[in-house]
Amino acid sequence: MSLKDKLLSSYLAFEDNLEQDSPIHDLRNEAIKIFESKGFPSKKEEAWKYTSLNALLKSDYSVFPKQLERSIEFKEVKKYFLHDLDTYKIVFVDGVYSSFLSETTHDKLDVCLMSSALNKAKYKPVVEAYFNKAAKQESLTALNTAFAKEGAYIHIPKHKEVEKPIEIINFSTGNEAAVFLQPRNLIVVGENAHVQIIERHQSLSENEVLTNCVTEIFAEKRAHVDYYKIQNNVATASLIDTTYISQERDSDCNVHTFSFGGKLTRNNLNFYQEGEHCNSTLKGITILEDNQHVDHNTLVHHIAPNCESHQDYKGIFGDASTGVFNGRVIVEKDAQKTDAFQQNNNILIDDKATINAKPQLEIFADDVKCSHGCTIGQLDEEAMFYMRSRGIGKKEARALLMYAFANNVLESVKIPELKRRINKLIANKIGVSLGFEI
Amino acid sequence: MLHINNLHAGVEGKDILKGINLEVKAGEVHAIMGPNGSGKSTLASVIAGKEEFEMHKGAITLEGEDISELDPEERAHKGIFLSFQYPVEIPGVSVTNFIKTAINETRKAKGLEDMPAAEMLKMIKEKADMLEIDRKFLSRSLNEGFSGGEKKRNEIFQLAMMEPKLAILDETDSGLDIDALKVVANGVNKLRSQENAVVVITHYQRLLDYIVPDFVHVLMDGKIVKSGGKELAYELEEKGYDWIKEEVNA
Repeated sequence: MSLKDKLLSSYLAFEDNLEQDSPIHDLRNEAIKIFESKGFPSKKEEAWKYTSLNALLKSDYSVFPKQLERSIEFKEVKKYFLHDLDTYKIVFVDGVYSSFLSETTHDKLDVCLMSSALNKAKYKPVVEAYFNKAAKQESLTALNTAFAKEGAYIHIPKHKEVEKPIEIINFSTGNEAAVFLQPRNLIVVGENAHVQIIERHQSLSENEVLTNCVTEIFAEKRAHVDYYKIQNNVATASLIDTTYISQERDSDCNVHTFSFGGKLTRNNLNFYQEGEHCNSTLKGITILEDNQHVDHNTLVHHIAPNCESHQDYKGIFGDASTGVFNGRVIVEKDAQKTDAFQQNNNILIDDKATINAKPQLEIFADDVKCSHGCTIGQLDEEAMFYMRSRGIGKKEARALLMYAFANNVLESVKIPELKRRINKLIANKIGVSLGFEI
Repeated sequence: MLHINNLHAGVEGKDILKGINLEVKAGEVHAIMGPNGSGKSTLASVIAGKEEFEMHKGAITLEGEDISELDPEERAHKGIFLSFQYPVEIPGVSVTNFIKTAINETRKAKGLEDMPAAEMLKMIKEKADMLEIDRKFLSRSLNEGFSGGEKKRNEIFQLAMMEPKLAILDETDSGLDIDALKVVANGVNKLRSQENAVVVITHYQRLLDYIVPDFVHVLMDGKIVKSGGKELAYELEEKGYDWIKEEVNA
């Protein structure tokens, strides 16, 4: 049975077990119909031209994975947390909430679970007001909506500055040969509230995992959101990560995506600027090797006037890895005085590595500032010679150059401990230890 | 110390250097002058081991050891330092961290432990003071947004830190005003000893007023066509290079 058929038949059983008066009951039924008619995306679709899911879809995934009989100890997974920092934690193991590893709160803000939000009456108004409101009717999003059951639910009331970062971590244990996970996150950040969120998907075994994650973020007036995605999974884990960010006036949303691991990663990052004077920042560092594949599909939709967007993606591709950058900027007729900037720089280290870069600007307003730049090159030979002539070996010189290349993306990471971690991940990925931290 | 014998080198099988002979002894300063395109920078790069250039013929030895097959970093470890005409910008890596890495990589190659942090700090302070370098400058990203003068001063700072046996200064005077030139030259002079040597590559005699050479060589079309004492530099400054061309052709 194909994965699609399996999902469609699982849905019937899944729906039967749910309460019929759930606020999203109708949404689910509509969503499964969308998925049924559209199916999984194929390379025939323009947006999926360079990323094929075919090989991944052949595995026999367990859609509702069996739970591990023992619980995961904190010390086993400590390294995946920012453990030197005090943080809120929302942790899932094979799709199920782990109260043991988590640290949630309801004190003046809600850092808790989607299952609570969907089932408890007190959250009903928020769910009705926001759930699936930013999401679009794309087939994989619809599939996620149909099965939406668990994930992070974060609600920051207005004027609240959340004093510590929130970590959302999805572990998979390899309890079954292949699992299909579908976390669903809803994040509502009230007027003038500030929040920092770190999201990570981590497999603890070499068994296959395919994750279809959907996150909706709502930034109200003057809200400030810093979101960091750490993608450093094992080589048997794949991720389709779709994020929708809806911004009200004067809000500031920044998403950094660090893609170092995993087999296939597809990032669909969508920003909608609904009010004036919004700022959106999308930054990424991708460092790949072997046969890894990462596809960044970004959209910044400038709907209101006087907004800014900044995109800066750096990629370093080794071995036979492949990268895709498809950056789409739409400036609506009313979005005058838009300032949209997009930059995508890539270095191919090996002859077999590939990058497909495609900026797409659709501008309907006449008084705007839009620019984009894309480069694909090798490591600068002159810079290599400069460093080597100072006694720095070839490997270290390469590493320093890669640091230098990716540096400005790291500069804007506002959590020093996270920055230190990312630096370490980069150093590990490149395979050198430098005598200092940058 | 440095011995170059009948050196032919270039790119894609074509010679840029067409038979260079040069001997630099410890304690000496040699100036290499010549018109644009004569091969001065190529000579500097070939001595430092730039891979872009192939050696077609001849030999380069440092203290009797053939270095012509060595990688640039191995030559650096043996004590060759090239001050670049156009130093490269490395964003995100501070001047201090870069020099620490360079020194410790060199020590590692010699089988030594990393230089203790306190010692490194003391040395950095001394050398920075000698070159009138502001402490804030040291935490800036290497060469990023530096003025021409700052880049050159930073090169000499690295030279002072690395304490090489053979320093090659490639057009170190270009882009320097007279005050900066004096500071840089003064720094180089302080580093001179009976154990090391300096090769100054320059267009103009100006720098040689401050770093006084023992020998001046004129490079033309890939060959050293004339050698002499420091007075040769003045003669070139006054008369240009044409008279040498005529002399060579005659």
